[in-house]
Amino acid sequence: MKKGKEKRAQGALKRISGPVVTAVGLDAHMYDVVKVGNEELMGEVIKIQGENTIIQVYEDTAGIRPGEPVENTGLSLTVELGPGLLTSIYDGIQRPLEVLVDKMGNFIERGVSAPGLSHEKKWEFVPTVKAGDDVKAGDILGTVQETNIVHKVMVPPRSKGGKIKEISGGSFTVDETICILEDGTEITMLQRWPVRVPRPVKEKLNPDIPLITGQRILDGLFPIAKGGTAAIPGPFGSGKTVAQQQLAKWSDAEIVVYIGCGERGNEMTEVLTEFPELEDPKTGRPLMERTVLIANTSNMPVAAREASVYTGITIAEYFRDMGYDVSLMADSTSRWAEAMREISSRLEEMPGEEGYPAYLAARLSEFYERAGRVVNANGTSGSVSVIGAVSPPGGDFSEPVTQNTLRIVKVFWALDAKLSQRRHFPAINWLNSYSLYLGALNEWYDREVSPEWNPLRSWAMGVLQKEAELQEIVQLVGSDALPDEEQVTIEVARMIREIFLQQNAYDPVDTYCSMTKQYDMMKSIKHYADLARTAQVGGATPQQVVGIKSKNELVQIKFIKDYEPVLEKILKDMKAEFDAMRAA
Amino acid sequence: MKEYRTISQIAGPLVFVEKTEPVGYSELVNIVTADGTIKRGQVLDTSDEIVVVQVFETTAGIGRDSGIRFTGETIKMPVGRDMLGRILSGGGKPIDGGPEIVPEKRLETTGAAINPYARAPPADFIQTGISTLDGTNTLVRGQKLPIFSASGLPHNDVALQIARQAKVPGSTEEFAVVFAAMGITREEANYFMADFEKTGALERAVVFLNLADDPAVERIITPRLALTTAEYLAFDLGYHVLVILTDMTNYCEALRQIGAAREEVPGRRGYPGYMYTDLASIYERAGIIKGVKGSVTQIPILTMPGDDITHPIPDLTGYITEGQIVVNRELHRKGIYPPINVLPSLSRLMNLGIGKGHTREDHKKVSDQLYAAYAEGNDLRGLVAIVGKDALSERDRMFLEFADLFEDRFVRQGLYEDRSIEETLDLGWDLLATLPEEQLVRIDRELIQKYHPKYRKKAQG
Repeated sequence: MKKGKEKRAQGALKRISGPVVTAVGLDAHMYDVVKVGNEELMGEVIKIQGENTIIQVYEDTAGIRPGEPVENTGLSLTVELGPGLLTSIYDGIQRPLEVLVDKMGNFIERGVSAPGLSHEKKWEFVPTVKAGDDVKAGDILGTVQETNIVHKVMVPPRSKGGKIKEISGGSFTVDETICILEDGTEITMLQRWPVRVPRPVKEKLNPDIPLITGQRILDGLFPIAKGGTAAIPGPFGSGKTVAQQQLAKWSDAEIVVYIGCGERGNEMTEVLTEFPELEDPKTGRPLMERTVLIANTSNMPVAAREASVYTGITIAEYFRDMGYDVSLMADSTSRWAEAMREISSRLEEMPGEEGYPAYLAARLSEFYERAGRVVNANGTSGSVSVIGAVSPPGGDFSEPVTQNTLRIVKVFWALDAKLSQRRHFPAINWLNSYSLYLGALNEWYDREVSPEWNPLRSWAMGVLQKEAELQEIVQLVGSDALPDEEQVTIEVARMIREIFLQQNAYDPVDTYCSMTKQYDMMKSIKHYADLARTAQVGGATPQQVVGIKSKNELVQIKFIKDYEPVLEKILKDMKAEFDAMRAA
Repeated sequence: MKEYRTISQIAGPLVFVEKTEPVGYSELVNIVTADGTIKRGQVLDTSDEIVVVQVFETTAGIGRDSGIRFTGETIKMPVGRDMLGRILSGGGKPIDGGPEIVPEKRLETTGAAINPYARAPPADFIQTGISTLDGTNTLVRGQKLPIFSASGLPHNDVALQIARQAKVPGSTEEFAVVFAAMGITREEANYFMADFEKTGALERAVVFLNLADDPAVERIITPRLALTTAEYLAFDLGYHVLVILTDMTNYCEALRQIGAAREEVPGRRGYPGYMYTDLASIYERAGIIKGVKGSVTQIPILTMPGDDITHPIPDLTGYITEGQIVVNRELHRKGIYPPINVLPSLSRLMNLGIGKGHTREDHKKVSDQLYAAYAEGNDLRGLVAIVGKDALSERDRMFLEFADLFEDRFVRQGLYEDRSIEETLDLGWDLLATLPEEQLVRIDRELIQKYHPKYRKKAQG
């Protein structure tokens, strides 16, 4: 051992090769953030090898020479957490893009740092505890009305806690002390947290509450649990954007974190201009007031792209700690995996499948594992639900990123370009999609919707499956060749698709469908199917059964807000029609 | 400036130099050969012991006795207004016999990323006069829309026709063309140049030529020089710039060549693992900036090896660009020009630039209907091959005929035929009129009554 315990903060560059540089004489730990070169570019230690420290740099390294200094900050890559996060638009390492435009113009130049939160802005802090109270790490000290969302100011997770000596309300910046403990610890509204480390929780809960989205195919057939994980493949023109916006608008999560990871600049701009214009249907306020956006386009530095998903999920966890339900969307995790591949190949690591690093699966599962519904240290419960988009090259689902993702996530919403070409929206394929939460959520549906719901869903899935088989026969021999009974099955399946599955995001009523209404709709379709079956047993022909007029009225239920009387009338008419048929 | 004579290894386009003073990454390097020729290169890897220089020209003539001079600065491109009308080499040197460029500015060629927050969403329709683009795969200012072609297909004609005819209807703003050729043959280059000269397009064009016999490594910088010029013209001088990059496949081959020379771990099909990021650093240099007058629109052309759209080059390109125009061999064999297959083609920004206030209110619906009807007719062709035409229903036969008609009248047009968007849409309606009205399920009743030839004629007569 030649070095003592004291830290040598300063080292020198030895080699520069693109975004990966080597330093010597630097005491560093893995994932420490370092400042590289005279311009103090931001970098992160990714490998330690003998005397050499290998660093990935988040900015362009052109012009940097061997011999230039490298300084270790001794900290890992951290984000700033506190009031001011909501409505922000960040790059992959939490630099606010709006501030960067002011600081360096329309292009992203290097060597400019900008704090994630405003350190000048004053926030109105209202304490919820008083002097003399005992607090521990994670406990809520007070609140700040950040937007329409109440920001809860907490004791930092790694604090020892203790008895409060002094706490007072008033107007503070995030740097100012709001609370002093007996042992002299000063607490501000600002927390710094290393992005690669999950924030601590007291206990993980079972995923037994669904994240209600108001989208029939999701809530009804393929639900995601609060704190669950889902993957959406995003082929061209499959309506991924609309699906994501519907989730952001309607899901019963209070906070939305959207990560644009390695996506197109112009498309990111669409998100950045559209999101602020979206209205939160529940409050009538801009949706941005409960949203944090992270935008790292494909030509921004690759190392920052790698970091962006961690930045996003750390922010999500922070809001979860306050007791909120958070939904996080990562678009696209394939670009993130490619960033890992690129850095890995610069490190000359032995590649795994298709050149991806051997730790790809581990990194993906670590990331998705940060989702969950939990009891926080302060006793509140909150959740982070993760919805990750994958973009398989050439549409090939057997490639490593898709395969490893599917092994981890519990829900798969198979967006299908063919359906969207047929204008079936949301274009989620009901045969290829799945949700593994069904079992865990059964009880919730029994309790909150109806004990009949779960059998009803199984019935609907059975009909759709049967239809797919029958369609193959129809294509070969024509629909007339089917037995009478199955001709009706085809009709019922059509009703499930067109009445229940298709949903118009742009219709003011149909855009959100409550669970009760979903239940009523499906029950009505089943009701028709049962009556039809009875009629057929009594000798009715398929034409007669399919010809029932009142069933065609069912479709308008979607567009009617107070649908109950209308539905009642339709069901009454339907009964009358069937009765008349039997009489004849 | 210090000169080193410490070359330890030369491998392909790479020169390894030992025992230098600290040299900056990406720095510009001059190599002086024994006969006094100066060759240029760039630092690819720098360390205490060894510096790896990528030479942009042939390494012929470089030996242990060659001198290496490190310039101490990264590659900067002199740019100026008088570049318009000039022809430059792939390395940015004038080759038209004219004077040197008078630099108004010297710019970094790597090009920083546009801050996503500073971008404005593209919205201006560009009329190319080609129905398959304007009608069904609309190009929008600030977009990057590649042409996916293959060897032996007339993609150059398509690109030239776009360059010739592209305009924003009703706009009088100045626009310019930046043309970058990478590894194309002298013959092809002459073809482009002759057309530029004939149509007078050269006056408002800047041409970069890296030909097939020019060093492959030079191809790495050619598109970057072209885009630096384009950004200068657009964001400093306010021009609307159309950039044509051809052939991106040659660019990627050069990238692979350097990767192999550096003994890097290869990715798919031997292309470097960082090809996605590298291509993004080219393609993403398109767009519009809030509050700035000009714009950069890109049309990269690439030839798909073996007509394979899942090959890494088209595949990665498709994930960065906003759609693709696919040139199709079958249509070409049928003698149809331009042989653009609308089915796999896509413009992701189309909806931002069409409709009321941009083109015409019926544009989206007509496009959807044409697309759907052609898709259906095209599917039926497969069926006809098995069961014969007689087995088809009346309805199917109509769609089958529609597909032929669509190719013959909508897709096919003259090399110099410049159709306005109104002509394109009306032509679409004429074709749709051959189908029964109740089959036009994607078009609202109102629009049918306003634009369908049947009603139009009544209204006029």
